[in-house]
Amino acid sequence: MSKISILQRYNVNKEIILLSLILAIAPFFFQNDFYYEIAIVSLLNAMICIGLNMLMGYAGQVSLGHGAFAGLGGYIAVILGSKYGISPIFSIFIAIVTMGIFAFIISKPILRLKGHYLAMATLGIGVIINIVLNVEDELTGGSDGMSVDSFRIFGYEFSDSLQWYVLCAVLLVLAIWSFSNLIDSPFGRILRSIEGSEKAANSVGINVSHYKSIVFVLSVVIATLAGSLYAFFSGFISPGEASFSHSIELVVMVVLGGLGRIYGAIIGAVILTILPQLLTSFEDYQTLIYGSIIIFVMMFMPKGIAALFADIKGKLFASDK
Amino acid sequence: MIELFGFLLSGVTVGFIYALVGIGFTVIYNSSGIINFSQGEFVMAGGMSAVFLLKAGLPLGVSFILAILITSMIGIVLYKLISFSKDSSQISLIILTLGFAIFLRGLAEVVFDKELHTMPSFIGDGSFDMYGTTLTYQSIVIMVVSILIVTFLYFFFKKTKTGQAMMAASINVDAARLMGINIKKILMINFALSAVIASIGGILLTPITSTNYEVGIMLGLKGFAAAIIGGLSNPFGAVAGGLVLGILESLIAGYISSEYKDAVAFVALLAILFFMPGGIFGNTKAQRV
Repeated sequence: MSKISILQRYNVNKEIILLSLILAIAPFFFQNDFYYEIAIVSLLNAMICIGLNMLMGYAGQVSLGHGAFAGLGGYIAVILGSKYGISPIFSIFIAIVTMGIFAFIISKPILRLKGHYLAMATLGIGVIINIVLNVEDELTGGSDGMSVDSFRIFGYEFSDSLQWYVLCAVLLVLAIWSFSNLIDSPFGRILRSIEGSEKAANSVGINVSHYKSIVFVLSVVIATLAGSLYAFFSGFISPGEASFSHSIELVVMVVLGGLGRIYGAIIGAVILTILPQLLTSFEDYQTLIYGSIIIFVMMFMPKGIAALFADIKGKLFASDK
Repeated sequence: MIELFGFLLSGVTVGFIYALVGIGFTVIYNSSGIINFSQGEFVMAGGMSAVFLLKAGLPLGVSFILAILITSMIGIVLYKLISFSKDSSQISLIILTLGFAIFLRGLAEVVFDKELHTMPSFIGDGSFDMYGTTLTYQSIVIMVVSILIVTFLYFFFKKTKTGQAMMAASINVDAARLMGINIKKILMINFALSAVIASIGGILLTPITSTNYEVGIMLGLKGFAAAIIGGLSNPFGAVAGGLVLGILESLIAGYISSEYKDAVAFVALLAILFFMPGGIFGNTKAQRV
């Protein structure tokens, strides 16, 4: 008889339970729809960041194009719905498959590049996507964007914020759960070995380019899911979702939270989604303060906030003894 | 044929600006291994400062020199930030320079404004007629000044002690340090020099395309594409890269689609990265500086 509990069996750890509790309690503190909106956007950004963190923090591959991938995915889902009358859930599914194939095709030449070159190639693809979305206005509505039909799953319409919050919270917990399982599996160890040294990984028989492709595709797929949900939630999509600055924002979220730390991505996403809202009262100084914060974080806590927490925790335990 | 000639001329004009931005990238990259994502903001800072100093009533020459000095100070500030940062991994430096770019954009919003600004051409608004197409005085200024800068850089790196030290530092930092070269000083000069070149580009371009606080984003990216096309490790490659890019852009805008003009740089960037990672000169281990 094994003594493994059902929780252990499915690798449900303390952190996931804690996260679920926080997500469940949070709505009691939401005073109006605006709080929900910020929370939902945070959750969706966190989902993209989980995938991006897997790519950057675990496999060591930088991407400055994930905002564009999420945006393009969102556009595909929206256009399938509005022009061809396909139901939202099915159009999101098609968008995910399409973007997955797209990511797989571009992954081979792109991921051969390293460091700055990789950053620039992903950036280049992102900017091209953004330009196409702006120019092909018959399909995309151009720079004005386009409105999005309401979201329903098998006839059940998502109209109020709580429904959206629950959907996104559940998806985020699922994403975190599958992600931590993946990281603890042989697959995760392979990724870490690639991050450590691609040559060493290669020499012990790991097909490095194959695994890099898989991670890239996974990160694009989850970005597509979040990007299309965001379009349906906000009822509107514009090329801004696929802009260079959105891609940068996502990378900063991951790094701010802590590269290679599962929960860091969530912390970063939440902070950077809330921050601009807090800064709106500073109006003209918003960009200036935003830039200063990024510089400050990179100079004084480059390992991210999650690492800072881990340090504090370590010190507390050390002083107990 | 006349049409083609006109496109070529305007392509070369813009190409020289891309070249100047591209040179700025290579100067910093060679000495420090850092891609400075705020290079485009240096261009913006140069142009915007010049516009506002002119508006404040300063003479043309004085405001240009002040604008260049201001931008070189910004370059030195960036160097100081990088040298004081606790982590020097590639990804955190990428984000640090991106953060600095956002900071500079925000600063320009506050110190200047969000409007589009232009300034008069330096030697008047006239133009020459050349084989049925026109060449503005400002285009000529851009070409002449850019060629002067490139020539100056060539002799600076070849003939002066500082230039030689910079080159030595870019080939092998440790060896250079052992030879008694002050690496920190060299790096600082590199950042300042890069900012100076970028700001001159920004000032030159303003009478033609106008400037605002956001103009640096696209210019920076295109300058980077120019640097990659020419081979990142060679500043003179960036000149060729910039010209190729400017001409390609102008031809595509003229003959195919002006809407996709901005995409040209990035398609070219990807093509080079995928098929000739060493740049058009095909030398992956190209000599640095």
